Amino acid sequence: MVLLKQDGIAADSWTRIDDDAEIAPGNTGVTQPIISLTRWKRDRDTLLALNGEIGIVLGSDESPALIADDIHRFGVICLDFPKFTDGRGYSYARLLRSRYNYTSEIRAIGNVLRDQALFMRRCGIDALEIMDGRSTDGWRQAFAEFSIRYQPAEDTPTIKIAKPGQAHYLNSEVVGCWAY
Amino acid sequence: MYRYDEFDHTLVRERVDQFRGQVARRLSGELSEEEFRPLRLMNGLYLQLHAYMLRVAIPYGTLSGRQMHKLADIARRFDRGYGHFTTRQNIQYNWPKLSDIPDLLTELASVEMHAIQTSGNVIRNTTADPYAGAANDELEDPRIYAELIRQWSTLHPEFSFLPRKFKIAVTGAPHDRAAIRFHDIGLQMRQNSAGERGFEVVVGGGQGRTPVIAQTLRAFLPKRDLLTYLEAILRVYNMLGRRDNIYKARIKILVQSTGIEKFTELVEREFGEIKGGALALPDDEIARISAYFAPPAYELLSEDDADYLAARRTDREFDTWCRINLKPHKQLGYAIADISLKRSGGIPGDATADQMDIMAELATRYSFDELRITYKQNVVLPHVRQADLLAVWKEIDAAGLATANVELASDIIACPGLDYCNLANARSIPVAQRISTALTNSGRLEEIGPLRLNISGCINACGHHHAAEIGLLGVDRKGKEFYQITLGGNPEDNAAIGQVIGPSFSYEAITGAVETVLDTYLANRQDGERFGETWGRIGPRPFKEALYGTA
Repeated sequence: MVLLKQDGIAADSWTRIDDDAEIAPGNTGVTQPIISLTRWKRDRDTLLALNGEIGIVLGSDESPALIADDIHRFGVICLDFPKFTDGRGYSYARLLRSRYNYTSEIRAIGNVLRDQALFMRRCGIDALEIMDGRSTDGWRQAFAEFSIRYQPAEDTPTIKIAKPGQAHYLNSEVVGCWAY
Repeated sequence: MYRYDEFDHTLVRERVDQFRGQVARRLSGELSEEEFRPLRLMNGLYLQLHAYMLRVAIPYGTLSGRQMHKLADIARRFDRGYGHFTTRQNIQYNWPKLSDIPDLLTELASVEMHAIQTSGNVIRNTTADPYAGAANDELEDPRIYAELIRQWSTLHPEFSFLPRKFKIAVTGAPHDRAAIRFHDIGLQMRQNSAGERGFEVVVGGGQGRTPVIAQTLRAFLPKRDLLTYLEAILRVYNMLGRRDNIYKARIKILVQSTGIEKFTELVEREFGEIKGGALALPDDEIARISAYFAPPAYELLSEDDADYLAARRTDREFDTWCRINLKPHKQLGYAIADISLKRSGGIPGDATADQMDIMAELATRYSFDELRITYKQNVVLPHVRQADLLAVWKEIDAAGLATANVELASDIIACPGLDYCNLANARSIPVAQRISTALTNSGRLEEIGPLRLNISGCINACGHHHAAEIGLLGVDRKGKEFYQITLGGNPEDNAAIGQVIGPSFSYEAITGAVETVLDTYLANRQDGERFGETWGRIGPRPFKEALYGTA
């Protein structure tokens, strides 16, 4: 796996662990585990008692609403895209950012393709896990394939209002602007 | 008409560059066909029976003379000299080469056109009343709102991998000419008791193997909230729509499974969260887009044109064409002129490059440089002075485009069928050709009067057979083409789904069966009744008896 962030390939300090793997600091050496929603539901109190950093994976049928009360406890939330055609994660990411004001890392995992990268970033996903064997060339270009935005999203939360008849314009300060 | 600004130009150019790269990666093998598929589909490129098919967007069916000339040019250079206008107000080219597509898209971009979101599980090209801005009954030009939807939905980051395709139609008139109740979302402009204008929002309509009439989600939505409300609907659908079965993935199935009350609750709750946010439409943005659709500089005429009326009295053929193919225009002294692409024995919706050039030229000279494509697969000159109608008619007549049959039984909607499509069970085009020839030769078209007859080559219903008064559905029976007849559908006001009348008919027998249905209608019709009204009054039995005998 290669982890891709805004500035390029990034080191990954997190480790995904099985539902039955032991989590106890000092025992496994895993200080930043990523667990499943199943595990979180099962062992929530025990995990909280460890008082360490923790991340979670949400499957494409697991809405952030299921962890609404705990969202800020997670240092990373991974959204699984089991198939690139399964687009539920885009809505989940937007909800995490704008509905639940989640500010830590949202990571796309699974069938993450270069051609989805810009859409993902626009929805608030700031880390992409690239499957082994895939070239990481061209990803930076993918983020830049479109310089403009027609609609507000998590990268462009506000719109720029132009006077009627005024042409749209691009402004490096504004990542994009909507219909203006 | 809407004109691209620098913003739109940039986006389309970048899209072409992106697709050029994607095609190169496909041709080099870096992308598998499976990975390339959703990318090409987002650019309107299908793999059909014999070749790639490219579908080009014509936003809300409006285009200029220059754009139509370019479509002709592309038909000559990249296809076999013709194009096919579709039920979604778009045009399809049936024979382009994959390696040519980036250049073809560059040509389109030169006239502000593209193929973005004409396919794939995305928000498709938004359709609208083809007589928008010209019809004498509309409250406002629906293209203003269709354009706002076009911008909002273009490369929407959240809604580019929906469970299934998503179609939105808009009308600004009380009489629905956009079949809004057969769309995933239909918008019909309404005026409330305070005199404010907004939209009735209907949801969950569609055809395909599960035809459904859309239900009202909101009786009145203020204009300001239009895009916010659409975003709420799409978000609910994106998260909850089924993804395990392609045939149950449209929003209509979700609405059916939750029930309209529960679905309304879900949408309203989401809308409540985002209302008044970044998507709220300020009045000045609506005004800015409205300015693009300002009425053209009509000549102020005080009465009907005398020469035009005289020509109608002396030239019977011209008079017939006027009587059938013209619609009243909101501006006195002008008419809306439908150009039928349904000549007797022709392929519904097809036009040659030469015909496209002629229609483009006529639009430039006589219709303020505007053309429309209708979902019934015809072309419209929306603003023709009565005084120019005779000249227009002579030119289209010389080009084989003066068929006087708009809304009559030979104005058939047909899908490409087994001649082109790899989903089809049966041919549609030759059936349409045989029926239109038979009806024209019978001399009864005007006697039969307005009647919607549609043909689909398979259960996916691209030919809108469910929404026809007489619908034909191609089926495969032991390797042979058969056609099932449905009766009583209606695409527009009082939308209805046709009902299967009985066992299907062979390719050879179907034309005769349609004539039997028409005979039965004429024999039972009371004064002024349309087919659907007679059907509603007498029911299926007389038709069954006529088709299958008394059992």
